[in-house]
Amino acid sequence: MNNVINEIGIENYIFLASLLFCIGVFGVLYRRNAIIVFMSIEIMLNAVNLLFVAFSTFRQDAEGQVFVFFSMAVAAAEVAVGLAILVSVYRNVGSIDIANLKNLKG
Amino acid sequence: MSPILITFYFLSAITLASAFLTIYSKNPIHSAIYLVICFFTIAGHYLLFNSQFLAIVHIIVYSGAIMVLFLFTIMLMNLNKEDEVHKPRITRLGAITICILMSVVLVTIFINSNPIVGDELPSTEDYQSIKKLGTLLLNEYMVPFEFASILLLVAMIGVVLLSKKEKTEK
Repeated sequence: MNNVINEIGIENYIFLASLLFCIGVFGVLYRRNAIIVFMSIEIMLNAVNLLFVAFSTFRQDAEGQVFVFFSMAVAAAEVAVGLAILVSVYRNVGSIDIANLKNLKG
Repeated sequence: MSPILITFYFLSAITLASAFLTIYSKNPIHSAIYLVICFFTIAGHYLLFNSQFLAIVHIIVYSGAIMVLFLFTIMLMNLNKEDEVHKPRITRLGAITICILMSVVLVTIFINSNPIVGDELPSTEDYQSIKKLGTLLLNEYMVPFEFASILLLVAMIGVVLLSKKEKTEK
């Protein structure tokens, strides 16, 4: 099986990952629900992971895939901790609207 | 157009559309379901690269673990209703403008730049099978691998501590 990247073109993957990342940024800026903000962060992480794997296949080098593996582990830990924080915020404030979380503003 | 290119465009269209619908849909449950579709298509991209290990791990970790976590949290907070207040109009317009500007700038930069990544390597040897990745992970990347396990342990302890009910003062 020959290299798939040569047939598709690395540029197409760069464009796809950029657009996916921009959609993630849009979600963080647009929504007020903290859970959707978390989902947007996951989308951004996945865009970067996709580009890592694309370049790893392009260079025929497995180290990019190892990095993606670690980044998945970190993402899993991050989501678990973040959702626990959201649950405790919901217990104390009564909603997870990020506009209500202004206590740290001073 | 070759079949691989058609597959790529098909998968990319589904990825972008479901990522957008994740953000756009009002109901958090629908967002979670669209996010699952998005993750599955990204796993399809990994399969297109013939990197089997990452595709399987991606499905297990993201579509399995993380999405179950999201859905449980949504159900726990009783959020499956569409009563979210929108941000003020100026903030929403700003968000749309920033998103469009950022994508235009990124895409034009990558269109106009001269690629210096060089030609492809013509080797046909195996570089991304599970065997190769496991050898690499347990030889060169042994220490980060162990630190990842410590990170997951610390995250687990932290989650248990955070989500424990606080004792009310007597």
